[in-house]
Amino acid sequence: MARPGRLLWSLVVPVAVVAGWEVACRAGIFSPLVLPSPLQVLRRWGAYASPLSPFDPSRESYLAWLASGELWQDALGSLYRVSVGFAIGAALAIPLGLVMGASGLAHAVLNPFLQVLRPIPPIAFIPLAILWFGLGNPPAIFLIALGAFFPVLVNTVAGVRNVDAIYLRAARNLGASDLTVFLRVILPAATPYILAGVRIGIGIAFIVVIVAEMTAVNRGLGYRILEAREYFWSDKIIAGMVTIGLLGLAIDWLVGRLNARLLRWHRGVEG
Amino acid sequence: MTAPAVRAEGLSVAFAGPEGEVRALERIDLDVADGEFVCLLGPSGCGKSTLLNAVAGFVRPTAGRVLAGDREVQGPGPDRAMVFQEYALFPWMTVAENVAFGLEAKGLARPEIRRTVSEWLEKLHLGGFGDRFPKDLSGGMRQRVAIARVLAIAPPILLMDEPFGALDALTRRNLQDELLRVWSGSGRTVLFVTHGIEESVYLADRVVVMTHRPGAVKEVVPVALPRPRDPSAQDFNALKRRLSELVMEEQARHELDELGVAGRGAA
Repeated sequence: MARPGRLLWSLVVPVAVVAGWEVACRAGIFSPLVLPSPLQVLRRWGAYASPLSPFDPSRESYLAWLASGELWQDALGSLYRVSVGFAIGAALAIPLGLVMGASGLAHAVLNPFLQVLRPIPPIAFIPLAILWFGLGNPPAIFLIALGAFFPVLVNTVAGVRNVDAIYLRAARNLGASDLTVFLRVILPAATPYILAGVRIGIGIAFIVVIVAEMTAVNRGLGYRILEAREYFWSDKIIAGMVTIGLLGLAIDWLVGRLNARLLRWHRGVEG
Repeated sequence: MTAPAVRAEGLSVAFAGPEGEVRALERIDLDVADGEFVCLLGPSGCGKSTLLNAVAGFVRPTAGRVLAGDREVQGPGPDRAMVFQEYALFPWMTVAENVAFGLEAKGLARPEIRRTVSEWLEKLHLGGFGDRFPKDLSGGMRQRVAIARVLAIAPPILLMDEPFGALDALTRRNLQDELLRVWSGSGRTVLFVTHGIEESVYLADRVVVMTHRPGAVKEVVPVALPRPRDPSAQDFNALKRRLSELVMEEQARHELDELGVAGRGAA
């Protein structure tokens, strides 16, 4: 845990940037259309987050009403697409990576094909994704799964291949079967690599969801900031961007917690 | 006399090295009696670890064979359990899980595993450390865990590859005594690789001095001193001197060889 002093220091730069920005806007250096002031963004953010209709107990619960604001719907939608897309990508990449890492034959058969696909950015698949899946969630989920797939795969393969031979020797020496060696030695030994891949994969999934929403989905945070541009609502654009940043931060924090939990045996991981 | 616990017959091992074939072992003939404590002693590069690995089944002989009991060694197995210099504990398992690993591989029942684990943790003074992860332990403690993990599966043959090489002198002596304590009367055969001359005299029934590459048996020196042994005693030191002479001859060859390699590299 960061000590309070540290926390204070970490706030110095953001506070200074926002304060400078506010001062610059008040001094009239920028047109509000080009760069709205932080306060204006905050106000717009509040409006973006507020429910559109007054609370009606006969129609919905209080919680559902609270979350009925555009911002929450957009954020939840983006989060949903990231979660499903990432889950599909990782669910394909981890088993495949384990097999490719453990079997030289599987690696020889699959690796050339995957290495050709890997450098193609998921964004380049957008036209095909729309052709194949139409508009809405399916193409977005396809693109996110694709984007998350490769970092998780590459790290899983590396994780299995880098298992220290001495652990394998020790396990065989103690009489472990192939299955036991795989499940209790190779898999845990590769976990730090796999989790590093997961972290990168989620980061990419987050980038891809925004791009996908700008082109193939007419909902979500990515769609919303593009829509706001049409109306010159730069305050809403920035509010959307900040939301994306905070959401990304929250997810990365969660993955970090998961890492620390799963790797509490690992040197250099703070519990 | 009964059949030896370990027997090497014309054992040769060669590796492909960067400068061509390396002959690590050449026609080794060695018998280790049941229940005997044998040290393999020699300078680095004498193939003593290779010999141990061949008995463990980690390396295949290029010629000859290794017998464990009356069976030829085909691969690693829990009847020839190894303690590594680098401990080789599984860092993702707790101390107790590490010790339980071999017992689970044997397919023992849960209660029996739990009982055996706590018994061996007690014997190696690790009681209360069962829930720790290896990263939280000192080197000496880790090696105790590694020894407990191996002894828990009750292997008739115990292979030890410079197990105390990375420890400080006091911890080393302490663990040597622990090892002798759990070994004496257990009937287990121990094959112990070391480059410590005093260590070999302190521990072994017989010391096998090996030659510099290609590794072969230079001389077998019996240590007929009663245990516990006193490293300051006269006969202890006479043996040390004798072994030291033998090892230094090989060390000199080793150094000449290194210089030769360096000279060739520079030319």
